Amino acid sequence: MAFVLASAVTYAGGYRVGVQGQRALAMGHTGVAVVNSAELGFFNPAGLVYLENKLTISAGASVIFSDVAWQNQETGEIARTDNPVGTPFYFNASYKLKDWLALGLSVYTPYGSTVMWEDDWAGSHLVNNIELQAIYIQPLVSVQVADFLSLGGGPIFVTGAVNFNRNLTRTLKDEEGNRSNVTIDASGVNAFGWSASAMFVATEDIKIGVNYRSEIMMDAEDGEADFQNIPNSPAVPFKDTTFDATLPLPAELTAGISYQFDEKWLFAFDYNMVFWGVYESLDVDFGDPNIPDSKNPRNYKDASTWRFGAQYTATEKLVLRAGYYYDESPVQEGYFAPETPRNDSMGFTAGLSLDVTSRLAIDASFAYIRFDEVDASYDHYIDENGQNVPFGGTYKSVAFIPGLGVTYKL
Amino acid sequence: MKNYIKYIGILALGMVACEPEFENPVDANDAYTSGEADFSNFVAIGNSITSGYADNALYISAQEASYPNIMAQQFAKAGGGDFTQPLMADNYGGLLFNGERNPAFNTRLVLPFTDGGMPLFPTNLDEEPTTEVTNVLSGPFNNMGVPGMKSFHLFAEGYGNPANLQTGTANPYFVRFASAPNATILGDALAQNPTFFSLWIGKNDILSFATSGGVGIAQPVTEDPANYGSNDITNPDVFGQVYSNVVDALIASGAEQGVVNAVPDVTIAPFFTRVPHAPLDPTNPDFGPMISTLNASFAGLNQIISAVRGTNEFDAEGNKIAETEYTIEFDPAGASPLVIKDEALIDISQQITGALMQRGYPQELAAQYGQQFGQARQATAEDRILLTSSSAISEVDMQVLQAWMAAGLDQASAGQLSVKGITLPMADQYVLTEDEVTILNTARVQFNTYIQGIAQSKGLAYVDVNEIIQQLANGGVAYDGGVITAEFASGGAFSLDGIHLTPRGSAVLANKMIDAINATYGSNVPKVNVGTYGTITISNSVQ
Repeated sequence: MAFVLASAVTYAGGYRVGVQGQRALAMGHTGVAVVNSAELGFFNPAGLVYLENKLTISAGASVIFSDVAWQNQETGEIARTDNPVGTPFYFNASYKLKDWLALGLSVYTPYGSTVMWEDDWAGSHLVNNIELQAIYIQPLVSVQVADFLSLGGGPIFVTGAVNFNRNLTRTLKDEEGNRSNVTIDASGVNAFGWSASAMFVATEDIKIGVNYRSEIMMDAEDGEADFQNIPNSPAVPFKDTTFDATLPLPAELTAGISYQFDEKWLFAFDYNMVFWGVYESLDVDFGDPNIPDSKNPRNYKDASTWRFGAQYTATEKLVLRAGYYYDESPVQEGYFAPETPRNDSMGFTAGLSLDVTSRLAIDASFAYIRFDEVDASYDHYIDENGQNVPFGGTYKSVAFIPGLGVTYKL
Repeated sequence: MKNYIKYIGILALGMVACEPEFENPVDANDAYTSGEADFSNFVAIGNSITSGYADNALYISAQEASYPNIMAQQFAKAGGGDFTQPLMADNYGGLLFNGERNPAFNTRLVLPFTDGGMPLFPTNLDEEPTTEVTNVLSGPFNNMGVPGMKSFHLFAEGYGNPANLQTGTANPYFVRFASAPNATILGDALAQNPTFFSLWIGKNDILSFATSGGVGIAQPVTEDPANYGSNDITNPDVFGQVYSNVVDALIASGAEQGVVNAVPDVTIAPFFTRVPHAPLDPTNPDFGPMISTLNASFAGLNQIISAVRGTNEFDAEGNKIAETEYTIEFDPAGASPLVIKDEALIDISQQITGALMQRGYPQELAAQYGQQFGQARQATAEDRILLTSSSAISEVDMQVLQAWMAAGLDQASAGQLSVKGITLPMADQYVLTEDEVTILNTARVQFNTYIQGIAQSKGLAYVDVNEIIQQLANGGVAYDGGVITAEFASGGAFSLDGIHLTPRGSAVLANKMIDAINATYGSNVPKVNVGTYGTITISNSVQ
């Protein structure tokens, strides 16, 4: 699978990447109560059993153009990220075994982040660059337990990787004048979780869905910690070593409703809560006992997203979609770190599906994520002398996400 | 279908071009204003600190943190142009003369540590210098700072001529980038048609007197500076004339705005304060047990000194009744001051010799006592013991030991009378005495009167650097990571040579200069965050 190498860029709160289906994204990333395609494997596997065809496959990828700028009015400094294009992807397949039973397989990338600041920029003691990646692989089952109710879910296998570089302090240099820095790198970090969901068919036109995805702790053990440009001195303890760290991929709960207004119009609303409160601190424990462990308080809070979507069936072959969402940042005041510089945002989305044949449809979506300019700081950096040194300024982010996918029915 | 794909393609192109934009970006043309000043061509004139010299050497990362370069980076946000510096070839410091190393131009100082993590004495970095003096860089350079330059050198032809290196009338740091062998520093500065200048000269006109421990004289107004000794103090009126000429020339060339810095009291830099006047610790096992023997041996000498100097420290029975700095005594319970040679004291060596001979000492031995203690006294808190003395204190001077043996003492006794700072008064070069401090500061205050007066009459921004240095030495300057002080090595303001600034110290200075410029010209050049500038380099890669 070529896209195992793909990287993703943050655009939803924290390092959550809400791009798990072109049809859903085009409708403001609603989908927990929409029976539309195999994208349900991610949004609400309980709904898979309602898909009409024997086999439904939805697959696609998006391209995220996302950058952040930082400036400080007092000093006149300015910095911009030079993030590579992120490419989150998804693959969902659903196979209807019986009228009341469907099996499925989903692969998706709900968490990830690549933020590349210029090396040695003003906030380089917090981050130069970071790349997080997590690929979820999930077998699914969907069972209709009553006329009006189906249940679904399955175990999740996650494989992830992290690569994080930052300067050791604001000033430490080697004899050549190069800034001392550390890269921590761990890949093949595996973990398990699960998701469970229900879909309630209230009337022919109204569906209600709820989906829960469990928290998954990514424990990186014996990763590589590579210290560069360290002065030759017994007074600095830094030497290449191993590290342990835990990064939580928080649980999320989504509940929503869809309403088929008439033959042409469908409306959907989702409420989503990500339980970011679990992300208290990013602690890196170095294997070498002489190297002080790195404690980085995050103190995230649980964060909500409100999503609204509409779908208009224009012709037999063409379906148009549009949506909006409001995404609350999990970052609290004083904890705004430039490695996941996210404030509250609004997403404006649109898209379409075009049936190329009776079996194959092309799904396209486009999202523009708008962030307000925000004055923020990270107040929990402790320097080499034990002093608490805040790092702040004005941040501004933008993201554009075009995506393409296919839906195949048999 | 094709059409849809085309539209998506267009959308994608539009997105690549979209960058996050601030409502008031700090890199916009009008984000900061230069007021009445014009920073488009900023030229800095000065000496070592202006060039970026630190840790007893000039090297790239220190040059990058020179205060003019820090200021120029900020000026660039308010209409300032490029700022070029005659960068060294490496980050090691040190010079090569036709490929040869020269111990007077060694690599920079770094701070080594013991395996237990205790700091040792600053030592030269173990690297080969690669900056060849005769490899002349082609300018022009906005930073015209030349380490070691004195005020009158600005006009000195041949100061950058490699042919004059042998005779000592050229400065290798100017040789590196003089536009022609007989170009002057000021001429090369003016040729750039500066629109704005910074001028900080005068410190070297007193500094070498100070760092040499007052070896040198305060020159009279009648003497031609060309005949000054290298450790002399420039005559203040000569300085004032030079200063006025320099400012007039700059203004005539088009640089009508600028910032000038006063000369600070160099004697409160760590080079002069790191070694206390009373460093002799009775708990030191090499010194403490010697104290009673020492005091017993000095007792007789003290009576002679007291009698000759007329200080009446002893009563008729020989009991001590008063304390003066002229007699030599060590405290078994607390720190004792160093024994120093004060050239300002009346030389009483003849009287000591005579008195000792009366007491039956052989002439040669009596003469050796007289010679060694004729101008001796113990240091006071007003004296400055130079950093260079720290390795010399309590060292045995072999030449003096030989002299005592020649005068008839056995080797053990001769050795006991040859311990620097204890039995052998510290030589003049290690001590800046109270009188010498006064001579130096008298000249400095006169320099500053000229500088401030000229600044006022020409409407230039004026920075009282002395105020900053005093603040660093008395409590420190607060920044976002704590307090910057004048404490040696750990204070953050002074580099490991104890005289020149660290990058952080330069940033503090640059901010003060920006303040003065903004206040004078109505500009709003932003200041830097000094906490992001480093201090000293720690390394055990030492010579």
